[in-house]
Amino acid sequence: MADTFALKDGPALAAARKAGVEPAGRRPRRMLSGRNIMIYGTLFVAAVYYLLPLYVMIVTSIKGMPEIRLGNIFSPPMEITLEPWAKAWASACTGLNCDGLSRGFWNSVRITVPSTLISILIASINGYALANWKFKGADVFFTILIVGAFIPYQVMLYPIVIVLREMGIYGTLTGLVIVHTIFGMPILTLLFRNYFASLPSELFKAARIDGAGFWQIYFRIMLPMSLPIFVVAMILQVTGIWNDFLFGVVFTRPEYYPMTVQLNNIVNSVQGVKEYNVNMAATLLTGAVPLIVYFVSGRLFVRGIAAGAVKG
Amino acid sequence: MRGEFAYAMTRPERERQRFAPIDIKEETLMTSQADAGRPSRLLRNLSAKIASIPMMLTAVVIFLGGTLWTVVYSFTNSKLLPRLSYVGLDQYERLWAAPRWVVSIQNLAIYGFFTLVFSLVMGFVLAALMDQKIRFENTFRTIFLYPFALSFIVTGLVWQWILNPEFGIQSVVRSLGFTGFTFDPLYDSDIVIYGILIAGLWQGTGLVMCLLLAGLRGIDEDIWKAARVDGIPVWRTYLFIVIPMMRPVFITTLVIIASGIVRVYDLVVAQTSGGPGIASEVPAKYVYDYMFQAQNLGQGFAASTMMLVTVAIIIVPWAYLEFGGRRRG
Repeated sequence: MADTFALKDGPALAAARKAGVEPAGRRPRRMLSGRNIMIYGTLFVAAVYYLLPLYVMIVTSIKGMPEIRLGNIFSPPMEITLEPWAKAWASACTGLNCDGLSRGFWNSVRITVPSTLISILIASINGYALANWKFKGADVFFTILIVGAFIPYQVMLYPIVIVLREMGIYGTLTGLVIVHTIFGMPILTLLFRNYFASLPSELFKAARIDGAGFWQIYFRIMLPMSLPIFVVAMILQVTGIWNDFLFGVVFTRPEYYPMTVQLNNIVNSVQGVKEYNVNMAATLLTGAVPLIVYFVSGRLFVRGIAAGAVKG
Repeated sequence: MRGEFAYAMTRPERERQRFAPIDIKEETLMTSQADAGRPSRLLRNLSAKIASIPMMLTAVVIFLGGTLWTVVYSFTNSKLLPRLSYVGLDQYERLWAAPRWVVSIQNLAIYGFFTLVFSLVMGFVLAALMDQKIRFENTFRTIFLYPFALSFIVTGLVWQWILNPEFGIQSVVRSLGFTGFTFDPLYDSDIVIYGILIAGLWQGTGLVMCLLLAGLRGIDEDIWKAARVDGIPVWRTYLFIVIPMMRPVFITTLVIIASGIVRVYDLVVAQTSGGPGIASEVPAKYVYDYMFQAQNLGQGFAASTMMLVTVAIIIVPWAYLEFGGRRRG
C-alpha cells in the first residue's frame, strides 16, 4: 500500500529524484506536500460547511434573546443559558397548546417504536419468503413493490386516506403505523431478500431435511443468524420514521402530530415574538434522536443507506 | 419424513438448485379436501403465501390500485369528495393554466437541475479526495454524512435561520464592514429557490459522496497501476477511465437523487412555506394543498398524476437500461 501511494504521487517523486535522493526501503509519507495540503484543505473547508449549521444551532440555542439581537449568529455565547431548551421542551406554543415539544416527542416515540418493529417483522418475513420459499407469482408482487417505491407518495395519499377511513382508523396512531409499515416495505423487503439470498443455501436445506417448516426455519435459524441486517433495518426505519413529516401531517389529528410536524408549527407560527433560541433548541431536540442513532451506529448506518440505495 | 423433500425440477432455470419448498404433508392434506381446479398448485407452499399476504396487499391494493385510482379520479371534477363524474382533461388544462403550478414546475426544474449537477460534482470530488488513503477518513465521512440523518424539517429550519437577513450571513458580513452586502435568498422571490437548494445540497451531498465512494472502492487497483505505468495524469485517469467505469453507480445515484427531487416537500414547507408569495412552491406542495386544504381533490389528483408522469420519465429509461436485457427478480 505504501508504494502505491508513493507512485501515485508523481511530482513529489520527481522532485525527490531531482534532489538526488534515491528511494531506499519504505518511503516515508510527507505530511506537508502540496498534494496533501490540497486534499486536506479541501476536505477541511467542506467539513466546515457541513458542521457550521450544527454549530450555529447549538450556539444559538444556548444564548439569551438580547444577545442574539445584538451579536452575530456565529459568535460563541457570552453567557450560557439552558432556559431555551427547557422552554422548547415544556412550554413552547403551537396555536393554543403550550406544552412544548414534549408532546410531539412522545407521539413520535409512540409512532416510531411500533412502526419500526412491525415493518421490520413483516418485511423480513416477506424477504425470507421471497428468498427461500419462492412461489409462483411472488416475483410479480415483488416487482410491483419495488417499482412502487419510486411512485411519489402524493399519488397514493388519498386512496390510503379512504382505506383508513373505511377501517375507522384515519387520524389515529394505528393508522399512521400502518402507513409507515406500507411505505417501509419495498426497501426493507429488498434489503432482507438480498440478505437471506446471500446466506448459504445448505443451511436452509439442512433445516428442511431435519423437518423444520416455514416458521421454524425463520424463527430458529434465519432470525438469530441475521441480527446485523436487523440492526441495519432498524437504523433505516428509526431515522426514516422519526424524520417523516408528510405522513404525520396527512394521517394524524393535531393531538397526535409527530415531533417534526409540531416543530414546524412552533417555529413557523406567525403569532407572537419569534424566539430564535427556543426555535433552535426545539430543532436540535427534534434532530437529536436520528443524530444519536447516526453517531452511535456509525458504519452500520452507512451500510444501511448503501444497501437501501445502491440496490434500489 | 423422508419423502418430504423433493428437488425443484419444474423450474430448472433457477441458478441454484433449491429444495422445492413443498410441505407434502400439508399439501396432501389439502388436496384430499379440495376438489376443484388444481389445488395442489395453489396450496403448495402455503405458509409462504400466507406470510406474503401483507406484501401482496400492499403491492396490489396500495401501490397498483391506489395509483390507478388516483389517475382515474384525476379525470373527474371531484371537489370535497371523490366523485366519478368525468370531465376529460379539464383538470389538466386548469392545472397548466394555474400560475402556481407553472411556478412549481419551474422551481422543480431549477432545483432538480442544480441539485443533480452540484451533488454529483461535489459528491464525486469529496469521494475522490476521500479515496486518496487519507487519515481521519471516518471522521470526515461522519461529518459529511450526518446531515443526511436529519429530517428536511430540521434542515429547512436551520438554513432559514442562517439565511435570515436580520441575523444570519447577511448581517454578519455587513457587520464586517461590507454594508452594501445583500444575501437574503429566502426573501427575494427571484432567488428563493437557490436558498432552498443550498439547504438541500447540505442535506443530501453526503449520501452521494458515500455512494460514489463505494463505487470508487469497487474499481480494481490494477486499473490505477496500469494508468500510472502509462503515465496518464490522475485527473485524466478519473475523467476518462474511472468515471466511465463507474457508469452503473452514477446512474443508480442519479435515479436516487432524481426521485428524491420530485418528492421535495418538507424542506420547502419548513424553510419558506412556499413564499415569498408563490415564489418557492413545488409540485408536492401543490398536491397537498389542493387535496387537504383547498378541498379541490380533482386538481390534487391531476397534479399528483403529473408528478407520477415526471417520475416515469426518469425511471422508465433507467429500468429499461438496467433490467431491459436480462430478466431479474
